[in-house]
Amino acid sequence: MRDALLTVRDLKIYYRTLYGYVKAVDGVTFELRDGEVLGIAGESGCGKSTLGNGLVLLKPPMKYVGGEAILDGKNIMALSQREIKRIRYEKISIIPQYAMDALNPTKKIKQIVDDLLREHNSSFEEKRELIEERLAIVNLSKKVLNMYPIELSGGMKQRLVMVISTLMNPDVLVADEITSALDVSTQRSVVQMLYEMKEKKAMKSIIFITHDLAVLYQIADRIMVMYAGKVAEISPTEEIVRQPLHPYTKMLLASLPKIGVRFVNERLKGIPGYPPNLLNIGPGCRFRERCPKAFAKCEQDPPIFDLNGRKVSCWLFERGDGR
Amino acid sequence: MSFLVVQNLTKEYPLGLLGKEKLKAVDDVSFEIERSKIVSLIGESGSGKTTIGKLVLRLLKPTSGRIVFDGKDVFSLRKEELRDYYRRVQGVFQDPFSSFNPIYKIDRVFDMVFEEFLPEVKASERKARIEQVLTSVGLNPSQILGKYPHQLSGGQLQRILIARILLLDVELLVADEIISMLDASTRVDILNLLGDLKKRGMSVIFITHDLSLGYYISDEALIMYRGSIVEMGDTEKVFRNPVHPYTRMLLESVPEVGKKWDLRERFTPELIGGDSASCKYYDRCPIRERHCRTAHLQMVEVEENHKVLCLKAGA
Repeated sequence: MRDALLTVRDLKIYYRTLYGYVKAVDGVTFELRDGEVLGIAGESGCGKSTLGNGLVLLKPPMKYVGGEAILDGKNIMALSQREIKRIRYEKISIIPQYAMDALNPTKKIKQIVDDLLREHNSSFEEKRELIEERLAIVNLSKKVLNMYPIELSGGMKQRLVMVISTLMNPDVLVADEITSALDVSTQRSVVQMLYEMKEKKAMKSIIFITHDLAVLYQIADRIMVMYAGKVAEISPTEEIVRQPLHPYTKMLLASLPKIGVRFVNERLKGIPGYPPNLLNIGPGCRFRERCPKAFAKCEQDPPIFDLNGRKVSCWLFERGDGR
Repeated sequence: MSFLVVQNLTKEYPLGLLGKEKLKAVDDVSFEIERSKIVSLIGESGSGKTTIGKLVLRLLKPTSGRIVFDGKDVFSLRKEELRDYYRRVQGVFQDPFSSFNPIYKIDRVFDMVFEEFLPEVKASERKARIEQVLTSVGLNPSQILGKYPHQLSGGQLQRILIARILLLDVELLVADEIISMLDASTRVDILNLLGDLKKRGMSVIFITHDLSLGYYISDEALIMYRGSIVEMGDTEKVFRNPVHPYTRMLLESVPEVGKKWDLRERFTPELIGGDSASCKYYDRCPIRERHCRTAHLQMVEVEENHKVLCLKAGA
């Protein structure tokens, strides 16, 4: 097994509100291995984006409440402002969900890149060769460097941010819903470009966050499914789609449309009910209200059980077999 | 019998300051919809699918062409006829939050339906009717009525809008990306709801960028590219035997669990070419030939109820 690059233990990131804490990420434990693409899947409000963003740029109203995230021997959640500035971008970087809006509209692309690199003791000129090489991977011409963000289409800006955010070859790259706003044909090319960047060592490992399991299936080595701020299951990609363990993973996969299944012949089923409100939420499995297999024990918080390397947080697996 | 006929529909927008150049958002589109059918309009951004929906709902005026509903030209309807049209044809859109006025309770959308379209229904009957339609879209009326939009989820609001359609007993629904903002586990139920409404006799124009959703729910599929329908027909035929190179490319890029892409292969992203070629897909087409630039394009029937706008189809 490859070494862990990032080890996250019992991490808690809450949102402070007038009415109390919204427990968006509530005791999440996982490791990101060297060289892997870890997919994080889940529906809106499950905490996947809070987790990804919190690891890179924790800012109010997000509040780090407990646990740790160890990168390079240090807990990156509890660093001084100066240390954070160095580690962020150089060791761990992010392509944010609205990457298109991340570029300062008043500056030329070249200037934006230079400003950023100078904060990290480098410069545009020093990295010119690398920048041009990476632009070629994402199918952008060198000419974009002399353009303003407004001159680029949304898809072009997104690909540009892919290049800019990885110029320091970070260990960890968080890609937050980078395919969600794109057309199908562009979606595929973006996934392929990200893969090529990783092959060419633009980053060591990727945390790929999306609500779309079908996209995740294409690129992730392992998939972590989150539900209501907690980890439901972490398994290798092939295993999780072939034999999902957690009832939520099962139902989520069953709700996906696929070629061959049409309403006229066969009905797909959604998951009845809605996720719980995470404001001041109490103990117990958070899926129990919607789970067809819930039983008395589900009133207590399920620990994470380990089944030959697969992790699942469900009382059904207390004795190992899930029955 | 087709009750909606779209004939040579074109919608142009002026470009630039003087508007001398035109953008053809919808370019000579023709199709028909029968009763009790779901027809998907599938395309990527800029394909014109939403513009067609808006034209059918009379939210836009066409530059040329006609839309005929139940024998009457939709754009010649006046007063009472127009009210009758909206009694029978309605739309639901992508963002349910923007369809509600946040300062009013949910009940208001139903009250407005009664006031505008069903004034004959007595006040005493109204509540029962509202509760009945809410129940049939899978909602619990006691958890919905009296609430404000922000207290409900996107999936619940979208169901409420469909319940409103049910109250009117609409004959044609224009559903524009109605599930793209919803989670996987809730969107299937909304799709199934559309399927059930179809069985009760309603037709749906299902506008989507998501091929797999269009495949699941629709009887017929229209694939659009830059304002034109490039392939159309029976959903099973279009998806199982795609002929237009654009349809093929789209289907290859749909991610599916259990079917891995070759990540090493290079996939050409957006390539917006000029408008000079007569085939709009010319610049991206892997099987183009020189005459595709100039020859006049026409829909070709490749099999029964399956047509393609490509010179190389059937060749």
